[in-house]
Amino acid sequence: MAVSETVAATPPAATPTPPAPSRRRRGRNAAYWLYLLPGAVLFLLVIGAPLVGTLYLSLTKWSGVGDPRWVGLDNYQQLLQDDVFWASFRNTVWMLVAMVVVPTVLGLLLAAVLFDVIGRRFKPRTAAALRAAFYLPQVLPVVVAGIVWGWILRPDGAFNSLLDAVGLGALRHDWLGDPGTALPAVMAVMIWVQIGYPVVVFMAALQRVDPELYEAAEVDGANWLHRFRAITLPQIRPETFVVALTCTIAALKVFGPIFALTRGGPDNATNVPSYFAYYTFFKKLQVGYGSAISTVLTLIIVVVAGVFIWMQARSERRDRGF
Amino acid sequence: MAVTLTPSTAPVTPARLVRDRHHRGVSRWVVLALVILGALVMLVPFAFMLLNAFKSPGDYSSGGPLSWPTEFYTKGLRTYWTEVNFPLKFWNSAVIAGSVAVLGVAVSLLNAYALGIGRVRGRLWIVGLFLLANMLPQEALIYPLYYVAKEVGLYNTRLAVIIIFTVIQSAFGTYLLASVMGTFPRSLLEAAALDGAGKWTVLWRVVFPNLRPTLAVLLIFFFIWTWNEFLIPLVMLIDNQTQTIPVALASLQGDRLMDAPTTNAGALISLVPAILFFLIFQRTLARGITAGAEK
Repeated sequence: MAVSETVAATPPAATPTPPAPSRRRRGRNAAYWLYLLPGAVLFLLVIGAPLVGTLYLSLTKWSGVGDPRWVGLDNYQQLLQDDVFWASFRNTVWMLVAMVVVPTVLGLLLAAVLFDVIGRRFKPRTAAALRAAFYLPQVLPVVVAGIVWGWILRPDGAFNSLLDAVGLGALRHDWLGDPGTALPAVMAVMIWVQIGYPVVVFMAALQRVDPELYEAAEVDGANWLHRFRAITLPQIRPETFVVALTCTIAALKVFGPIFALTRGGPDNATNVPSYFAYYTFFKKLQVGYGSAISTVLTLIIVVVAGVFIWMQARSERRDRGF
Repeated sequence: MAVTLTPSTAPVTPARLVRDRHHRGVSRWVVLALVILGALVMLVPFAFMLLNAFKSPGDYSSGGPLSWPTEFYTKGLRTYWTEVNFPLKFWNSAVIAGSVAVLGVAVSLLNAYALGIGRVRGRLWIVGLFLLANMLPQEALIYPLYYVAKEVGLYNTRLAVIIIFTVIQSAFGTYLLASVMGTFPRSLLEAAALDGAGKWTVLWRVVFPNLRPTLAVLLIFFFIWTWNEFLIPLVMLIDNQTQTIPVALASLQGDRLMDAPTTNAGALISLVPAILFFLIFQRTLARGITAGAEK
């Protein structure tokens, strides 16, 4: 076990390497295990055992009543030929665009502009108020957001009326009901939901950047874009990692908004693995098959998170020069 | 306080403004206008919601979603309030989120004490394992949890949801607090040990008071996150007596009761607690996000 390795997603913290534990020290530390007991028991009951249970069920056929029937890897074989399964993962890629790529890039720009231009040229209150406006969607239950947007995008909803009002009535559309526009519409909603998170985290991160760096750069005649690339981006890289990782996991797991907006429809155009698994479990009562979907999704998330953390650790090591 | 473990406030931006020759002209106003425009776009759905929450169904069908309400109609709000039994749903949400916040912080604190201060062997692997609870798709747990809850009589109880989210949230808490405690000043611990304080006393008399700001932030995070959770409450709470606000609202969707004004009224009432909570604790949260990002 590498003690000096920083923990997952931790920006370069000054974790002092503890002295090699002497025999006495180790004995003293053993008493601390007691404090881990409640957490460990709960973890095993609520996370460990169910996870193993799902893994086992994924190798069976079961409707939820009676005894599960062992079928080995049949469910996984069936998954490979299931168009809905593949469609759900294709949609996940689009959710990654809407929940990770766009919010992170826009969030970086917005945070930099709010901090560096608005916060410094106008009153800090202006920047704070604008930040709050971008953050607001993050506060409300995502299902509530989904329901409101579902109504806005309905054929008789506010968005179509807005189009009418500005003379673009020809563009009226059943945005969520048409397989061609449902996914882009859901993506737009997700961008709206997600954008505030990176803005707030990046603005907080910028607070710890030494203002003298910016001042020195300005004296040297660096323009805003220069400063953004040379100071802002490298300085808040640890936070960028954290945001990208947490948003990626959220995008892979997304469920509530899909449930509230489209329930995966029309014609699976917005189906995602989470909703597909839920539907298979509780509507189709195919517990074994649902478990296989969840297991695959779990594996993907663990691998993606692992790669992220590994990349982060590598870039941190490079920064420290070894 | 002698030792603060949230170094967030250390490099505060100085109030003095730097004289900048690049941003004194018109361009900064253009930038401001663009950002304000973006902020307004963010707020438009809220404006739609407000506008339509106070319309009568007749008003809505004749004037459409954009028209100004002809009367101040509150029956939609009242219908939602009584039909859904909103006070009960609010109570359910508050009990679940509040219990999870307190229990989750307690479990995180104990875990992190062993990992961050105790530095038990293999702690990095243990933190990683705990973190799994936070990363896993909840679908990977839900069916066994649902099945076992039915078997042991916890199905459709708030307790089941409380236990599950205590574990899920404390995974994140353990991770954050363990890394905060990893940098806890050793001298304080040693001084306490010299005074003859046992581990339990050190935890409550030395570590806990120092971590209070971080714990407060965690408490708020856990509360809001649990309040907004959907899948597990949706599966576990099927009853009008036990459902939380998001589940109640979603299960009304498509119901004949939910004409457009009632939908908006329901959404409006449902988000008021979240917004109030956010406004009250905004400062604590802003500090906490910094603390979290710093660690």
